[in-house]
Amino acid sequence: MAAMFSQNPLMNGPNYSYNDAPRVNAPEGAREHRFDPYTDNGGSTLAIAGADFSIMAGDTRLTSGYSINSRHHPKLFKIGGTTADQKDATIVLSVVGFAADGEALKERLDAICKMYRYRHGKPMSVKACAQRLSTILYQKRFFPYYAYAILGGLDEEGKGAVYSYDPVGSYEREQCRAGGAAASLIMPFLDNQVNFKNQYIPNSGEGHALQERERRPLTRNEVEILVKDAFDGAVERHIEVGDGLQMMVITANGIEEVLLPLKRD
Amino acid sequence: MDHRPQAWGRPRDDVYGAYDASYLHNNGPKTATQSPIVTGTSVIAIKFKDGVVMAADNLASYGSLARFTDVKRLRPFLSTSVVGFGGDVSDMQFLDRHLKELATDEAYEHEASSTTTDEGGSGAGEGQLNAANLYKYLSKLMYRRRNDFDPLWNQILVAGLDAHAKPFLASVDLRGTTFTSPSLATGFGAMLAQPIMRRYAATEEDAARLTREEAVNVIKECMKVLFYRDARSLDRYSIAVVTKDGVELSEDEQLEKQSWAFAERIRGYGTQVV
Repeated sequence: MAAMFSQNPLMNGPNYSYNDAPRVNAPEGAREHRFDPYTDNGGSTLAIAGADFSIMAGDTRLTSGYSINSRHHPKLFKIGGTTADQKDATIVLSVVGFAADGEALKERLDAICKMYRYRHGKPMSVKACAQRLSTILYQKRFFPYYAYAILGGLDEEGKGAVYSYDPVGSYEREQCRAGGAAASLIMPFLDNQVNFKNQYIPNSGEGHALQERERRPLTRNEVEILVKDAFDGAVERHIEVGDGLQMMVITANGIEEVLLPLKRD
Repeated sequence: MDHRPQAWGRPRDDVYGAYDASYLHNNGPKTATQSPIVTGTSVIAIKFKDGVVMAADNLASYGSLARFTDVKRLRPFLSTSVVGFGGDVSDMQFLDRHLKELATDEAYEHEASSTTTDEGGSGAGEGQLNAANLYKYLSKLMYRRRNDFDPLWNQILVAGLDAHAKPFLASVDLRGTTFTSPSLATGFGAMLAQPIMRRYAATEEDAARLTREEAVNVIKECMKVLFYRDARSLDRYSIAVVTKDGVELSEDEQLEKQSWAFAERIRGYGTQVV
């Protein structure tokens, strides 16, 4: 379970999500026989909320250790459509971490959203779905779903909404979030490019007098380019990220899905 | 002498105290399969134009001992699918019994409709389980067992045709992790055979262009490489071809055209030259 907290700043930067080092505190000759129910299947996800859209993205590589199990294993799922083909879905869930738990989590949430639709005759709002997802995760507090989930959609006012989670259900609504193996590589880039952190108006003053660049919501085209750049960067520096980029754009007109190639090395 | 025969031959309570039977009660952690014992090595499979080819050798090892040399690790299901097992052999046999029971139930269930023609062309009869259905069942079973901390120590490949009569190949392991790919391999095969298979079927489109003959040749070549380099492997193996016409399973193939000439040149591990 140590890998679950590999975002630990003490570990200093990005880490591989499996343990390569020999165990230090095991007694001489001791062998571990206990079954470890978790692994990390690598990969990375990303979500950005715009003024009237949300964009979710994830790479399609599935790894275990140094092996690539599959080059096309989607991490993005449409949630809560009327039927299995999810044609009229309005919410997208991305999961990264332990793939089997991610799959189970997705199916749980989808089933619950479908039940809601049949009982109330209307689709679940993103806000309600977000709260429910937190509850589902927390219900397994002592045997958690080892998955970093991000939920994206449009809120009641039609604005882009992104909710991000930790494996035990803590969540918050955010403007943007990166998850998974390359989260620590992508998130600082997003802070700078989406929230304009550390961007100042040139010659506006010294020290505290420096004026921050004014924040404005990004356009859809800008965000799509940003997402591709973020993943191209992550692919270059993280071995568990690559192969394909799956992107879902949620607007008032529905969900558009785009599949782009990434480096396969 | 004690008048109760039950007490004869037992430690006397007045001397030794009451017998402590607590160890007989099983209230500690469950001690089911926590590590594999008799194991099978790689299973490899590749999709082609109208089906899937799968192969696995006939060896079951006990650690480094080649314990059983005639173990069939590819099992057909309902003549629509093939299931290949890597990992613990007893867990494989448990699953095989379980699947046989499922197949029997399915056969009774669809007895009445067995005369109807197969319109989907998926090799499965009307309403019969196809490979995709079987795979979903197996992956739920494996994930459930991992949640119970009582895993079935296998990696499983399922091959056949899906509901749209397209070639289907997928994998599930002891933790319930599921994935699909144009070619798949378990164990050592993932390191040695998968790169060779990916040369021929890197994408689904490549796989859809492969002929049956080409696919069988690739698989045979991979089995040879595995026998050369995997110390827990055997030159006798099973090979199965699944198409819409059913499963063709050959369980006693012999590796052909081996050449050990390369072995002459091997000295030590990499850097050694003399």
